[in-house]
Amino acid sequence: MQKKNETICLGIESTAHTLGVGIASSRGIILADANAKYIPPLGRGIHPREAAQHHSNFSSIVLKQAIENSGIDVDQIDAVAFSVGPGLGPVLRTGATMARCLALLLHKPLVPVHHAVGHIEIASLVTRADDPLVVLVSGGHTTITAYAAGYWRICGETEDITLGNLLDVFSRKAHLPKAGGLAVEEYARGGSLFLSLPYVVKGNDVSYSGLLSASLRKLDEGVKLEDLCFSLQEVAFSMLVEATERALVHTGKKGVLLAGGVAANKRLQEMLRIMIESHDATFYLVPEKYSGDCGAQIAWAGLLSFQSGVEVKVEESFVKPKWRLSEVKIPWRNGGSTK
Amino acid sequence: MILLKRGAEADLYFMEWYGLNVVIKRRVSKAYRVSPLDLEIRRFRTVHEAQLIHSAKAAGVPTPAIYSVNPNDMEIIMSYIDGQIVKEVLDVIDEDARLQICRKIGNLISKLHTSGIIHGDLTTSNMVLTRTGEVSLIDFGLGDFSGELEERGVDLLLAKRALYSTHINSAEKCFKALCEAYEDEVGEKEALAVFKRVKEIERRGRYVPER
Repeated sequence: MQKKNETICLGIESTAHTLGVGIASSRGIILADANAKYIPPLGRGIHPREAAQHHSNFSSIVLKQAIENSGIDVDQIDAVAFSVGPGLGPVLRTGATMARCLALLLHKPLVPVHHAVGHIEIASLVTRADDPLVVLVSGGHTTITAYAAGYWRICGETEDITLGNLLDVFSRKAHLPKAGGLAVEEYARGGSLFLSLPYVVKGNDVSYSGLLSASLRKLDEGVKLEDLCFSLQEVAFSMLVEATERALVHTGKKGVLLAGGVAANKRLQEMLRIMIESHDATFYLVPEKYSGDCGAQIAWAGLLSFQSGVEVKVEESFVKPKWRLSEVKIPWRNGGSTK
Repeated sequence: MILLKRGAEADLYFMEWYGLNVVIKRRVSKAYRVSPLDLEIRRFRTVHEAQLIHSAKAAGVPTPAIYSVNPNDMEIIMSYIDGQIVKEVLDVIDEDARLQICRKIGNLISKLHTSGIIHGDLTTSNMVLTRTGEVSLIDFGLGDFSGELEERGVDLLLAKRALYSTHINSAEKCFKALCEAYEDEVGEKEALAVFKRVKEIERRGRYVPER
């Protein structure tokens, strides 16, 4: 049942492999989170057109499921949010089309959401992290960021490929039985010999492209795969933890929030936790349910945006495949806190 | 021995050492890293930093005096620079004084680059304003010897990023002043090549609209 003064936002996530529809309430509750994931054939990356086709095929199913699970009537929805970017153009346009149709149909405002802001806000909601330094690691982002005066400020980031990208490409080239970081993590547990690989930290930035090339060379040399996965993870994560430690000391934040798909990696969690606790700061970890891309992240960030008056006209609701996190105005955070 | 600061990668202690005021920079072991990697990084940076600081001095850049380097304990003993961290002063002084400091910083960076030295971590936390009004550079732990345009570009970009993330309101003017002083020292042709590279590196980053 909808309570008085309650605001409800439906959000559509469609930036990469996941089509998600989430429904969030201003009571700070996620009422529904339905998702369908496009899985490319083993050994291949996301094909934008195929992913868009997948999302299009699943659009009504996922939407219906979300509304059913939420237990609300469609006329209780106050706003429709969608992921404007960054992401793959064809995929973004599929989600945007859904959102526009729904907004017009329901006569409700359309709310633009930045995908990474979605990751950060859903993670902040469920962990109750207050003004943390955020480490966002996914296929699209490897960013260390802190909120200040209306914007997420980039403290450090990758200067080339992302951590998720590094692990995905490596796992494909190494023909691991499963795609992505999970397979690398499993193999890494069986490794013990540390192989020297390029470690590149530039100030608060990291660079992973040289590490990927060197790892692929080692792969060709035929070193033990478990040792290579182990060393790759150790070097890649150590770089990120070092950059995060610098940012933590520099910003003086009291907590660190780990968000995004790669946040599910146990070894990365462990390393960050050790570093963070050594600075007497608090480690906030997004639960696995909300670490990867999902509809709920867009619904919740959309709700916060809508409550701050952020809207876009349908005829101006273009997708932004290269929308940078630091360009998004964040009117709802005050002095770093959502409270 | 007084703990001055627990930095990101090293502990800094203050003490009197044979009548001198010194800082002991001790690169502590990081429990999150596996030990072969931990040892490799700490040993390399300890020796490398001492070499860079020494060379910076020859380039005319004020840096601490190195008294002792101990690669086994991952320790450098160097002179204590009496002054204020630039990060703490930059926002609380008037604009003229602020821009003058930024010009000094730009001049120092240009001297390093002309001598083939990359600082590697040009945040305002790594700059000290001394009592005589000079700027002294510290913490060369991520530095390198390189004359490459790319490395010089990254160095300047990090300085820009540091200004924009910590001194939000004055960053634009500060970075402009820094660049002007840089150009005065290295010459227009060199400077423009570096500035162009800074833009290129920025565009290489993720999700930059103008790409």
